[in-house]
Amino acid sequence: MSPDLAHTPLHHLHLELGARMVPFAGYEMPVQYPSGILAEHLHTRQAAGLFDVSHMGQARIVGRDRVAALEALIPGDIQALAAGRIRYSQLTNEQGGIKDDLMVTNAGDHLFLVVNAACKTADIAHIKAGLAGMATIEVAADRALLALQGPLAATVLARLAPEVAVMDFMTWRAVDISGIACLVSRSGYTGEDGFEISLPDDRAEEFARRLLAEPEVLPIGLGARDSLRLEAGLCLFGADIDETTTPVEAALTWSISKRRRIEGGFPGAAVVQRQLAEGMTRKLVGFRSLDKAPARAHTAVIDAAGQSIGLITSGGFGPSVGAPVAMGYVTSAFARSGTPVRLLVRGTPRDAVVADLPFFPHRYRKS
Amino acid sequence: MSKTYFTKEHEWVTVSGDEGKVGITDYAQHALGDVVFVELPDIGKKLAKGAEAAVVESVKAASDVFSPVTGEVLAVNAAIVDQPSLINESPEEGAWFFTVRLAALDEIGEMMDRAAYDDFLKSLE
Repeated sequence: MSPDLAHTPLHHLHLELGARMVPFAGYEMPVQYPSGILAEHLHTRQAAGLFDVSHMGQARIVGRDRVAALEALIPGDIQALAAGRIRYSQLTNEQGGIKDDLMVTNAGDHLFLVVNAACKTADIAHIKAGLAGMATIEVAADRALLALQGPLAATVLARLAPEVAVMDFMTWRAVDISGIACLVSRSGYTGEDGFEISLPDDRAEEFARRLLAEPEVLPIGLGARDSLRLEAGLCLFGADIDETTTPVEAALTWSISKRRRIEGGFPGAAVVQRQLAEGMTRKLVGFRSLDKAPARAHTAVIDAAGQSIGLITSGGFGPSVGAPVAMGYVTSAFARSGTPVRLLVRGTPRDAVVADLPFFPHRYRKS
Repeated sequence: MSKTYFTKEHEWVTVSGDEGKVGITDYAQHALGDVVFVELPDIGKKLAKGAEAAVVESVKAASDVFSPVTGEVLAVNAAIVDQPSLINESPEEGAWFFTVRLAALDEIGEMMDRAAYDDFLKSLE
């Protein structure tokens, strides 16, 4: 593999576990382990899966005016974010398009961000410029990030750190686990209950081995991470959302509070406000195929007359759904759930219907 | 008497008389991962050697299967359409893809026998 690819702190562990490594966002990452994507996916839905997501970007924003400074870059409501709570938002551009999506935590005396691996360098530069001296961004380059996901994730992690059991979904706390200073978020990218754990990179392998020693836990690669998030209807930056799609078109308006919708004050706010008031021409929806052929990204969506009405942005076989599932954009007239459409798979029109997201129900912890 | 030949694209063809039975090798199924969908050619379709003949899809991606020989499709294996995981379980036996009436028997000489294919796999390591 290319010598230019970066390694995460778990690189040796991945090789030892027999992972198939692939280039991803400048890193050499495990796409699957010997048990395979299907088994890894189903195991995560049934027990607990451990994911190395150390390639993602972690950063802190410090400074007295950090909340106002970050709100100038994202439509998320950070003013209303209490200490110890996490919010999903997007970095927007002047056209209301999405430069990246991210998690923002109010960590008390600073804001803690997690951004996508492929965007992290650009994001940091963009945020640094956008903070305009009101606050400072510090990259947490010395931290690894692990995700423990699945219905038994809490059982497993509470065995090592009992205090995580009572954490609510989308909350955060600093927890000492076996002498390792962990920052634990109850969140994830699978639709399951679970945690994302930020920790010092020199302790990551030891901690991962500790978790893998628990009988419920298997290592899970990026392949199953993608099929899990697709079934959960969660957007993938670079596929379902990008600089040309707004949060309104991407059905992410739930992530913009009433105050931010009214006040605006983020890049592209005028476009977002106009779409909220007047509607948009296209919308991100789910598609369920009526036969067994998966429709993958870039598959055309057509109507009964063969006219193009949209495009699939991610799609594949959903192991827990047991059928092909896809996400993509259609013109608003076709966006209602249950609308029959056709997906042009290798030149053959395949019957499908517009479907509600998620395809597989979220099972987050309720407070 | 039948004999099996292999391609560098990891297809196999078992030839008896002027009929060939085509599938993918164990190496190919392992590289693909869990197969979840397969699309086979129509019976009667005339395939050229090296042309796209079938599609196999894993959870991750779709891949073309190329016909190792020129000929007309005589039969397809409906069992692997119903149960694509058979391709992972039994790639070189039960999970054949299709049979063809061979139109150019000399093409066989361009393929590898088992021993040569095994050597080829070793060269990929």
